[in-house]
Amino acid sequence: MKYDVAVIGAGVVGSLITRELSRYNLKIALLERCNDCAMGATKANSAIVHAGFDAVPGTLKAKLNVRGVELMKDFCRELNVPLKNNGALVVAFSEGEIPHLEKLLKRGVDNGVPGLRIIDREELKKIEPNIGDTAVAALVAPTSSIVCPYELTIAGVENAVTNGAVFVRNCEVKGIEFSDDEFTLTTTQGEIKAKYVINAAGVHSGKIAKLIGDDSIEIIVRHGDYYLLDKSQGSLANYTIFQCPTEMGKGVLVSPTVDGNLIVGPSANDIDDGDDVATTPEGLNGIYTAATKSVPAVSLRNAITSFSGNRAHPVTDDFIIGSSKANKNFINAAGIESPGLSSSPAIAEMIVDIMNELTGGMEKKADFNPIRPEPVRFRHMSTEERAELIKKNKAYGRIICRCETITEGEILDAIHAPAGARDVDGVKRRTRAGMGRCQGGFCGSKVVEILARELGVSMNEITKFGGESKIMYDRTK
Amino acid sequence: MLNYDLVVVGGGPAGMAAALKAKEEGVEKIVILERAETLGGILEQCIHTGFGLHYFGEELSGPEYAGRFIELVEKTDIDVFTDTMVLNVSDDNVVTAVNNNDGLMQFKAIAVVLAMGCRERPRGALSIAGSRPAGIMTAGTAQKYVNIDGYMPGKKVVILGSGDIGLIMARRMTLEGAEVKVVCELMPYSGGLTRNIVQCLDDFGIPLRLSCTVVKTHGKDRLEGVTIARVDEKLQPIPGTEEYIECDTLLLSVGLIPENELSKDVGVELDRVTSGPVVDEYRETLKPGIFACGNVLQVHDLVDYVTEESQIAGKGAADYIFGKKKGGTFINTKGVDGVRYIVPQRVNIEGDENLKLYFRVGQVYMGAKVVVECDGEVLSSRKKVKLAPGEMENVVITAEMLKKMNENSEITVRIEE
Amino acid sequence: MKKNLICVSCPLGCPIEVEIENGEVISVTGNTCKRGDAYARAEITNPVRSLTTSVKVENGVHPVVPVKSSGPVPKDKMFECMSVINSATIKAPVKIGDVVIENILGLGVDIVATNFDAGI
Repeated sequence: MKYDVAVIGAGVVGSLITRELSRYNLKIALLERCNDCAMGATKANSAIVHAGFDAVPGTLKAKLNVRGVELMKDFCRELNVPLKNNGALVVAFSEGEIPHLEKLLKRGVDNGVPGLRIIDREELKKIEPNIGDTAVAALVAPTSSIVCPYELTIAGVENAVTNGAVFVRNCEVKGIEFSDDEFTLTTTQGEIKAKYVINAAGVHSGKIAKLIGDDSIEIIVRHGDYYLLDKSQGSLANYTIFQCPTEMGKGVLVSPTVDGNLIVGPSANDIDDGDDVATTPEGLNGIYTAATKSVPAVSLRNAITSFSGNRAHPVTDDFIIGSSKANKNFINAAGIESPGLSSSPAIAEMIVDIMNELTGGMEKKADFNPIRPEPVRFRHMSTEERAELIKKNKAYGRIICRCETITEGEILDAIHAPAGARDVDGVKRRTRAGMGRCQGGFCGSKVVEILARELGVSMNEITKFGGESKIMYDRTK
Repeated sequence: MLNYDLVVVGGGPAGMAAALKAKEEGVEKIVILERAETLGGILEQCIHTGFGLHYFGEELSGPEYAGRFIELVEKTDIDVFTDTMVLNVSDDNVVTAVNNNDGLMQFKAIAVVLAMGCRERPRGALSIAGSRPAGIMTAGTAQKYVNIDGYMPGKKVVILGSGDIGLIMARRMTLEGAEVKVVCELMPYSGGLTRNIVQCLDDFGIPLRLSCTVVKTHGKDRLEGVTIARVDEKLQPIPGTEEYIECDTLLLSVGLIPENELSKDVGVELDRVTSGPVVDEYRETLKPGIFACGNVLQVHDLVDYVTEESQIAGKGAADYIFGKKKGGTFINTKGVDGVRYIVPQRVNIEGDENLKLYFRVGQVYMGAKVVVECDGEVLSSRKKVKLAPGEMENVVITAEMLKKMNENSEITVRIEE
Repeated sequence: MKKNLICVSCPLGCPIEVEIENGEVISVTGNTCKRGDAYARAEITNPVRSLTTSVKVENGVHPVVPVKSSGPVPKDKMFECMSVINSATIKAPVKIGDVVIENILGLGVDIVATNFDAGI
C-alpha cells in the first residue's frame, strides 16, 4: 500500500498527530504493533494534564506542555472526551521542602503557567481535607486537569479514520528502506510505502529511528507501578496531589480520575525491556507507602487493580521532535515521557508545522469533520433519557457490565466504531465494561460472546488484548 | 409505574425462596427481577452435587436445587422478569429496572427484598505483582466457561485460595482433562469444606499448600507461570521460599463479597464485617420495608441455609405488607472472642419465637465451646468437635431467654477454648 | 489397623476412624449418621463417588447440559466414565432427569441430565 504519511505508533502522540494530519489532503496510515491503539505508555500513566510548572524553562517539554494545556480543551471538546479541571497540589511535608515549592513556582511563572500560588497548612487542610497531617504547605496549580488518556487516544484515532486515515493493527515495523524519495516499510502486515514517516513509537522509538540509520535517539525505559482504587474512594482527593519531585520524576501522586476512581502511583525504576509491564512487589509497596503519606486514608482494601506502564525517558531529558538527521522526511516524535499526555495536542500541532515546512504547505481537506460523536454513556443518563434511548434501540436495555452499568448497545457501538474494539480489553477501554470492582468477573464471558458474534468468529478466537492472549482453549466436548 | 406489594431483587435461591414464602403468606402482587437469562442465580453453573441435604433430605446438583424452586415459582402468579437489571431503588421504594424487551420499568413496592447475591474478589484486590496476561480469572468465571459455555479456560492450572469454588473447580478442570498443579492457601487452614478437600483434591492427588500464596505472575500475552512462596504468621511471603510453577491458568478463589451497591444507594446501613446489611431477626434492614437475605446479607456455605434465611425474610416482608410486623424493643447481638460476626445483628426481645443466630469463627478450633451470654449470664454453652472459618454456625435463642432481657441487654456469642 | 477418613457423604465432613483386620472392617466410629458408616465401609473395600459433568447438546440454548451419575461410580472408573460421556451427544429439548447414557460401562448407573435446555 502507498501512502503519503505513515505514522508509527498509535499511542496518544501518534493518534493526535494522525488526527491533525487528517485535516489535510493526505493518504495517511497509522501503524500499530498491537491489536489496538493506546497499548503502551498511553494506557498506563497518571492521566494528568499537567499545568506546566515542572519542566525547565526553554525546553520543548515546557513549551509544549503549556501550549498543550491550552489546546487540550478544544481537542477534548471536539473529540467528546471528558476533561476535568480539578487542579493540582505539590505538597511539602517538611519546612525543608518549601524551597522546592518556591522553585517550582518560579519555574511555572517562567513557563507562563497561570494562577500558581503557595498556600499554608491551614488552607491546604481546607481545600484537601484528607491530606496527611505532616503536610506543611503546598503549591496550588489551578490549571491542572485530569483526562482519560486512552479515551483521548481512541477518540483521536476514530476521528482520524472518519477523516480518511487508515488504521493498521498488528503491524510491527521491521525494516525501513528509502529510495526514490519514498520509504518502504517492511512490516508484519506486508510492505507499506510512504513519502513521510513519523516515528511515535514510544519506548521503541529509538529502535525505529535506527532502522533508517538514526542512532541519536537513546531511550531509557522507566517503569512505573500504579494502583487503581474503587469509585467509593474517588472523593479521597479533590486535587491531583504530588509530593516534591525527585530525580526520577514527579514522584508518587494520589489523584481522582476523570471516571471517579482514585489513582495512586507511579513508582520509577529503569529497566531494559520496554515491553515488560509486570508490576513489582517493591514498586507496589513503595507507592502505597508514599501515597499514605499524602493521603493516609488510602487503603489497599479498596484497590480494584494494579498495573504498570513504561515511560520513554530520553537521556537528553527533553522531547525529541523534528526531522531526523539521517533523513529529513523521517520525523521523530520521540522520548515523549511526562508531560507527554499534556503536550500531545501541541506535539501534533508542531508536527503539522514541520510537515507544512517540508511539503511547502499541505492542502486542507474541504470536508474535514473535527467532531468525534459523543459515545452513548448510559451510566450518566437520567431515567427519562434512558427510557428514550431504549425505545430507539433495544440493545441499550441490556446491561452487560453490572458494576459500571454498561449496556450491550454501548459494546456494539465500541466494536462497530471506526477503528473499533477487536478484543476484550479494547471493549473495556472504550466502554468501561469490566473496569469496575468485579474486574470483568461477571461480564467478561458476555463480552467474549458479543465480540465473537459481531466479528463472526468462535468464542475461543477472542483474545484479551490480541496476540496470544487467548481467553479460552478448545471446547470441553 | 407498576404497582406491587413486594419486589424481589434477584432470582437466585434467596430471591425465589423469599418470594415463595411471601406468596404462601398471602401476599398478592409479587415480582422477581433477575439479571441473568434464567432464574436460579449462581446455582445454574454449580453443576456439582452437595445441595439440598438439609432442606430436601437428598443430595442435588445446583441446577436441580434451583429447578425445584423455579418449578414452584412457575406454579404461582409471581411475575418474573429475567435478563432485567435493577438500576436503582429509591427512598420511597420505587425500583427502577431495565431490560431490552420492556425497556425502562419502574416498580412501586410496599416492601423490597434485596437478594442480589455476591461477587468474587478479583485479582486487583490482592496486589499480586507481575504481568497481567490472559489466563488469570476467578474460579467462578472459569466455572461459567466450562459448565455453561462449554469451553476450557486453560490446561495447566494453579488455584489460589481454597474456598469451595476453587476446590470444586480443581476437580472439574481435572475431569475435563486439565492438569491442576497445586492449590495455594494463604491461611494455615482451608476456607472450604473438608469434604471438598477430600473429594476434589485428595481423590486426584492435587496438593494443597497451606500458608502459601502467589507472589508473582509471569507471561506477556497468556500466563506462562506463577511464583509461589510460603508466608509467615503475618501472612507476608518468606524470602527464599519462592518456587516457580509453569501454568497457563491461575484461578482465584479468594473470597466472596456481598453485592450491596443497590443497598448502599438506598441508604441501607451495612455491617463492616459481613459487608451485608444490618438486619433484625425478620431480616429487615434498618430501612423499614427493605429486607435482605442470601449471600447479599452474609456469605453462606450451604444453599440450604440461604433458603431458610430467605423464608424468614419472605415472612417478614409479608408481615410488613399486612401491617402485622411486630414493633418491639431491639437489642444488639455481638460476636466476641473468635466470633467474627453475627446475623441478625438486632433481635426483638418482645418476640415470642425461638430464633437462630448465625455466625462464623475467625480460625479453626478443635473441641472448643460456643458460649452465648447476656448480661453476664450464660444462656447456653455447647461443645463442638470442630469449628472452622469456612463453615457457618448457629446458636438458638429461645423465646424463654428473650423474656429475661431488657432494652439495655446485649447478646454475645464467644468461643471458649 | 486403623484408618482415618473424612466422610464426604454430606457437607458436615465427619472425621471417621475405621478399624480394619485382614481387610475386613471391624468397626466404624466418629460418624454421626448411618451414611457415614456406609461411606467408611465402601471407602475401604470399594471407594465410590458420584460423578458430575456435562454432555454435549445439539440445538441447545447452551452447547452443553449438566449431568450426574444416578448413583455413585467406582472412584477408579471416573475417567473411563468421562470419556464415554464426552463422546456422547444429546438433542435439545432436555429436561432434568432425562437419561443421557443408560447403565454406563455396565456399572448399573445411569447418566442423567440435571438441568433444562429448551433448545433454540
